[in-house]
Amino acid sequence: MIPTRESLPLQTDEHVVRVRQTVRQRAIELGFSLVEQTKVVTAASELARNTIQHGGGGEACVETIMDGLRRGLRLTFMDTGPGIPDLTLALKDGYSTGGGLGLGLSGARRLSSEFDIESEPGRGTRVVIVRWK
Amino acid sequence: MERIPILKMGPFLLVTIQVDMHDRLAMQLQDDLTTRIADTSARGVLIDISALEMVDSFIGRMLANIAGMSRVLDAETVVVGMRPAVAITLVELGMSLTGVRTALDVERGMALLGSAQRR
Repeated sequence: MIPTRESLPLQTDEHVVRVRQTVRQRAIELGFSLVEQTKVVTAASELARNTIQHGGGGEACVETIMDGLRRGLRLTFMDTGPGIPDLTLALKDGYSTGGGLGLGLSGARRLSSEFDIESEPGRGTRVVIVRWK
Repeated sequence: MERIPILKMGPFLLVTIQVDMHDRLAMQLQDDLTTRIADTSARGVLIDISALEMVDSFIGRMLANIAGMSRVLDAETVVVGMRPAVAITLVELGMSLTGVRTALDVERGMALLGSAQRR
């Protein structure tokens, strides 16, 4: 397997759809099961929407990675928006500032093998998830 | 502007979602459906999502909103055809679509709407 890396813009609704389609395609190529594909695509959709709605837009990076014999997908979502003042609160089920259900971050974390978030008020937010096959 | 077609069949409205929906399209469907329910005095709405490869919290919320709004307008909503992988993911995401009636396929969904109407 040759690791791949793609950067995709995240400014509009259509970009979210494109991220979903790209993630689906890479997940299929990695041999993810249908349920695994659906989980990682759904997590990507939540995080991509967050980048636009809360971060004011940014970009997504879709990478296929290897660790020994393991293969996986690493997705990075970056924005230069207002940042998240309280990460613990933001990761709670049902906590929302965008009028949604508050399942975006917490749900995406549950759907991923690894989840990492960094945020600095005034500087932006970066979320990295990995889903291993 | 791109729109998801809404078909009228007797007292029911039928919607088949066949595209990878972006958020604006989902909002548009929600608005269009509520208007059509009021205009046609529909008694039921059947939403076929068998072509959807993913339902995230936004689309899930749209389905719940449509069910809620149609209930207020005296119409029953049934969501049919959810793929098993989508159902597994949706529950893990934290959404169980409480308050949304579901059926495995269009036929069972129509039967459900029919029996709700006869009551």
